[in-house]
Amino acid sequence: MADAVNAQSVSPLGGASFEGFAKVREIGPLGMISLRAKRDVPGLEGAFASLGLALPEQRRITGTTAKGAGWMSPDEYLILVPYAEVSGALANLAQALKGSHHLAVDVSDARAVFRIEGEKAGQVVAKLGPIDVASLAPNELRRSRAAQVAAAVWAEEGGFTLVCFRSVAAYVMGLLTASAAPGAELA
Amino acid sequence: MSTRLSKGGRLLDRSKALDFVFNGKRLKGYQGDTLASALLGNDQMLLGRSFKYHRPRGLVASGAEEPNALVHLGQGGRFEPNQRTTTTELYAGAELSSQNHWPSLEFDVGAVNNAFARFLVGGFYYKTFIHPRFAWKHVFEPVIRQSAGLGKAPKEADADHYEQAYDFCDVLIAGGGIAGLQAALVAGQAGKRVILLEQTPYWGGRAPVDGDVIDGRPAADWIAATVADLAKMPNVTLKTRCMAAGVYDHGYILAEERVADHTPGDGRPKKRLWRIRATRIVAATGALERPLSFAGNDIPGVMLASAVRDYVVNWAVSPGDRTVVVTNNDDAYRTAIALKEAGLAVPVILDARASANGPLPTKARAMGIRVEAGKAIAKVKGGKRVTGVAICLQAGEGAVLEEIACDAVAMSGGWSPVVHLWSHCGGKLLWDEAQAMFRPDATKPPTSHDGQALVYAVGAANGHLQATAILPDAAQGAAAAAGVTPSGVAAQAAPSDEAPLEPVWTMPQGAPIQLRSKMWLDYQNDVKVSDVQLAAREGYESVEHTKRYTTLGMATDQGKLSNINGLAVLAQSLNTDIPNVGTTTFRPPYTPVTLGALAGESRGEIFQPLRKTPINDWHLKHNAYMEPVGLWRRAYCYPKGGETHSQAVDREILAVRSGVGLLDASTLGKLIVKGPDAGRFLDMLYTNVMSNLGIGKCRYGLMCTEAGFLTDDGVVIRLDEDTWLCHTTTGGAERIHAHMEDWLQCEWWDWQVYTANVTEQYAQIAVAGPKARKVLEKLGGMDVSAETMPFMTFKEGTLAGLPVRVHRISFSGELSYEIAVPAGHGLALWEALMEAGQEHGIVAYGTEAMHVMRAEKGFIMMGDETDGTVIPQDLNLGWAISKKKADYLGKRGQERTYLASPDRWKLAGFETLDGSVIPDGAYILAPGVNANGQGNVQGRVTSTYYSPTLKKGIAMGLIKGGLSRMGDVVEFSAITGQPIKAKVVDPVFYDKEGEKQNG
Repeated sequence: MADAVNAQSVSPLGGASFEGFAKVREIGPLGMISLRAKRDVPGLEGAFASLGLALPEQRRITGTTAKGAGWMSPDEYLILVPYAEVSGALANLAQALKGSHHLAVDVSDARAVFRIEGEKAGQVVAKLGPIDVASLAPNELRRSRAAQVAAAVWAEEGGFTLVCFRSVAAYVMGLLTASAAPGAELA
Repeated sequence: MSTRLSKGGRLLDRSKALDFVFNGKRLKGYQGDTLASALLGNDQMLLGRSFKYHRPRGLVASGAEEPNALVHLGQGGRFEPNQRTTTTELYAGAELSSQNHWPSLEFDVGAVNNAFARFLVGGFYYKTFIHPRFAWKHVFEPVIRQSAGLGKAPKEADADHYEQAYDFCDVLIAGGGIAGLQAALVAGQAGKRVILLEQTPYWGGRAPVDGDVIDGRPAADWIAATVADLAKMPNVTLKTRCMAAGVYDHGYILAEERVADHTPGDGRPKKRLWRIRATRIVAATGALERPLSFAGNDIPGVMLASAVRDYVVNWAVSPGDRTVVVTNNDDAYRTAIALKEAGLAVPVILDARASANGPLPTKARAMGIRVEAGKAIAKVKGGKRVTGVAICLQAGEGAVLEEIACDAVAMSGGWSPVVHLWSHCGGKLLWDEAQAMFRPDATKPPTSHDGQALVYAVGAANGHLQATAILPDAAQGAAAAAGVTPSGVAAQAAPSDEAPLEPVWTMPQGAPIQLRSKMWLDYQNDVKVSDVQLAAREGYESVEHTKRYTTLGMATDQGKLSNINGLAVLAQSLNTDIPNVGTTTFRPPYTPVTLGALAGESRGEIFQPLRKTPINDWHLKHNAYMEPVGLWRRAYCYPKGGETHSQAVDREILAVRSGVGLLDASTLGKLIVKGPDAGRFLDMLYTNVMSNLGIGKCRYGLMCTEAGFLTDDGVVIRLDEDTWLCHTTTGGAERIHAHMEDWLQCEWWDWQVYTANVTEQYAQIAVAGPKARKVLEKLGGMDVSAETMPFMTFKEGTLAGLPVRVHRISFSGELSYEIAVPAGHGLALWEALMEAGQEHGIVAYGTEAMHVMRAEKGFIMMGDETDGTVIPQDLNLGWAISKKKADYLGKRGQERTYLASPDRWKLAGFETLDGSVIPDGAYILAPGVNANGQGNVQGRVTSTYYSPTLKKGIAMGLIKGGLSRMGDVVEFSAITGQPIKAKVVDPVFYDKEGEKQNG
C-alpha cells in the first residue's frame, strides 16, 4: 500500500511560474526550522556550527537559501537546510542545545517560497510592502509583508527569495503575477 | 469666440491631430492638449452647469484649481465622472460629456433656480429643511438628490487595474517648476537620495509662459538643461504625472501617478499610488492666482489672467479676439502683452490701483494697449458667454462709465501660495500684508520625529513670486532639507520689477447688494460674496463654521480659488483683520485621488488573501460548497448529482455513522509550547490541569479570558517531558498564539517557555466512523488497535509510507482518528485514505456534517454555545475546571457574583414536541413584559439542527435553571407564526455512554 503513494512532499503550488517584466517562480519545498533561543544561551554558536552555519546578526542572513540562517527576532532564527536533512539538523540542534532553553521545530511544510528574478526583480518587491529595495544589503533579511500577508524577503543571485505561509501561497502568487505584469514596470 | 491660433503652442505637437467627442460632437485637438485646451480650441466656452443655480459655466483656470470644467470621460468600464479637464490629457477617441444639466447643456431646466436665487441664500438647506422632521427623509432629500450632484456614478465595474508601490528617500521634492528643479539640483549634488515629483507631464511650471530668463537664457533652455543634469544623477528619481497628494506624520507621503490615464486600454496600470517615506520634504508647489469678485465673474469667458496666458502660449488657444484684462497687480499685464504678441486685441486693461507705472504697465502702454488705472468692472455682460464689460470706478459703487464689447475677461486678484503640503502636518501660516497672501511661517514648520522641520516650503509656495527670489530660496530650502550648507551659486534669474499689488476683495469696493449677489466666490458650490456676508450677519464668526454654513470651499476643488477671497470678505464683514479670521484646515489629498488607486491591487482574485488547505483543490474538484471560516475556505458539504446542501449533509452524516468519512481538519490551530515552565504556563492558560498530562496522552481543555469568559477550546497533547501541542479552534490559532505571547512577553517574562505556531506545517484529517480503524489498518505502517491506541492517546508512526501523528480523539462521537501529516503530504494521505476506504463506502464530509454530529453528541462549539458572555460553568463544563489549582486565567472573574449566580442561563438540550427544527436565534419565552414593554425571556437556542441520525430536530440552548429544568415544556419564539413547544432534555442525544468513540 505504502509504495502506491508518492512519498515526495509537494510544494503548495507545484512549482508555478510567471514571466512578466521579471520572472516569478515557486520553489521548494525547502527544509526550514524555526529556532527560538536567546542569543546568549550556551551552545547556540556551536549549534549553528554543527549545521555548518554562522549565527546571523540582527536583520541579516548567513549562507544561502539552500543552506543558511536568518535572524527573525531577538530570540528567533530561521534555519534553511535541504528538505531531506531537516530531521538530522533537528537532532544536531537538540544535541548542541541540550540543557539550554530553546525550541526548534520543523516548519518546512508550513511555508511557500518564491524566487523573483531578472534585472527588474526589485521593482516587483517594491510593490509588495515597505521594503527599501535600493538600500537592501546583499545579506539582509527583511521581515515585512506582501500586501496583506506576512513575508520575509532577501536578495540573492540576480533576484530575491520570498517566504510566506503556505495557506496564502496562491494569494502571493497572484500578487507577484500582478506586480510583474508587462507594462507595470516602475522605471 | 475662442479658437485655435495658427501658430505657436509650445506644448503642442501639431503633426499629431487627435479626434475626440464632446456631447456627441466630433472635435479635433492635438497631442499635448489637455481636455480643456482642446475644448477651448474648438470654441467650447460653455462646459457645464453650476451645482445649485445651474448657471452656465466655462473654464476659469488652466490647472489643478479649476472649479467648473469637470466632465464625464470614457464609456462603460472606463467611464469616470468629475474629470478635471485642465489636468486631464487629451487622447485619441476620448469621449466627453458635460455634467449637471437636464435635459441639455444649452437648455437646462434647473437654471430656474437661478431666478429664485434670492431664496437660495447661504444656509438655505439648514433653514428650509429642518422642519417637519419626517419630511427630510421622504420629501426633501430625494428631491435635492435628484436635482443636485455633479457627475454620474459609473454603472459598470472598472475595466482598469491599479497598483501601489513603495519608495524611500532623504529629500522628497513636490513640484517640478524652477523652484523644484533648483531644489533637486542642490539636494542631488549634496549626494542625497532625492525624489522629484511633478503633477503635469512637463517640467518647469509657469516660468516659460511668464518669459523668465535664467542664467542669461530663456527659462525653457535652463529647464531642459537642468532636467538633463538631474537625469544623470543616480541618486535622483524624476517622476512626471505624479502628484504628491498628502503629507503625513514622520515624512510619509502619498502620491498618485497617472500611469496610463492618457493611454487608456494599453494594459498598463491606470494609476499607481506611491507610498513614500522621506526624511525631509520640500514643497515647491507654486502659487495659484485668485479671481476678482465682480458681478458676473462666473460667465463663461471670464478666466484667470494666468490661465489665459497659458492657453495662448502653451496651447495656442485664443479665448476670444478681444480680451479685457482686469487686475490689481502687474503680473496680469503679462497676459495682455502675450495676447497682443499673439495678434489678438486687448481693448483695455482695468487696473484697480490708483496708478500703474511699473515696467510691465509701461511696456503694455508702449504696445498701444489702453490702460485705465483706478477702474474696475461694474458687471460682465452676457449669458452663456461674455459679450462685454461695464466699467466703473474701483473706489465707487458701480456707476457705469462706459461699456466695452469683448469676448473674454482675464482677471487677476493676486496670488496665493500652495501651502497644502506645508499645512497637512501642522505647519503654520502668516499673513503677508504687502502681498496680501497667507504664506508659510518658517518659524513654525511641521515637525518630524526629531523635532526638526519636516517640510520646507520654497519658491512661490513660500511667497516668492519672482524668479529672482524663487531660485535662491529654493536652493536655500533644499540645502536646509538636505542638512548641508548651500554650496555653489543658485541659478540667477533676470530681474523684473513689479509694483506691489493692492488687495481687492470686492469690485467695486462699494458694490451694492445687486452686484454683490452676482459676485461668485466658490464657482462649484455657488457661493457668492452676499452669502458670506449674510453668514457673518447671522453670527457665523468662525471661518470653519462659515465654510460649513455656506458650503464655501467644500466642493471637489476644495476652495483652491475661493478660500482666501471668502475669508477676506468674512473678515471685512466682521470688521476684523484677515489673520484674525484665519484659514480653514488644509487636508489631504491636494486634488481628489481615485479610489481605485487607494484600493491598489486589492480586487478580484487578490482582493484579500484566501487561506487554502493542502487538500483544497480536491474539495473543489469534488464539487464542495466552500464556506469562509476567517480567511480560510472550508468545505461545507459535497453535493452529489442534484442534491441540495441539506440533503448532502444528511447523506454525509449517515455515511459516517454507518461506515466511515473523512474531514479536512487542517485549519485547526496547532501551537507548540515548550520549556521548563511550559506545564505551569498551560495550567494558567487552561481551566484544567495540563502539567500532569502523560506523555502520549490527549486532554480536552478550555481557555478563558481574564474576565472569566470562555474564549477557546481544544485538545492538548503532550509530546515529551517539556513539550505540549495545543489544538485551538480554526479561528483561534493566531489569536491564541498572540494571547500566549502576550502573557509570556508582558507578564511572565521570566518564565522559560517558547511557543511556535505550527498550524500550517500539518494537514490534519479526521477519519471517523465504525470502519475507521479498518481503513487505517489497510493503509498499514503502524498499530492502531484499541489496545495499543486507546481513546485520548496519540502515536507517531507511518501510514501509507507517510510520516504521521495519529490521535484517538473524536468530535463526531464515532470511533475516530485524527491524523496529522506534513502539509506537503496532505493530499497524498487524503487520497490514500479515500482509496483504502472505498470498500466501506467512505465519504468526504464537510463542516456542516461535523457541526450536526457534534451537536448530536452534545459537544459545544465556540461561537455557537459561546458568544463572549458565556463561562464554562454555564455549559456544565465544571468537570473541566480544576478545583485544586490556585489560579488560572479567568478564575477570579468567574467568582464575581453575577457570574457565580445560580440564576444564570445554563446549557440544556431541547426537542420540539412535533419533531420540527427550532429556528436559529430563537428565544425561550417567559411570562410578563419587561420595563420596555417587551416580552420576557428565559433563555435562547445556541445550536439547532435536523438530526438525520435521530430523524428529528435537536437543539442545544441556554435556559434559566439549566438541566434542573429537564422534562419541562417551554416555548421558543418564532419570527412568524405561533411559538414552538419544546421539551428540556439531556443535550447528549447520541451514544450517551460513549461506547462508539471509545470502541
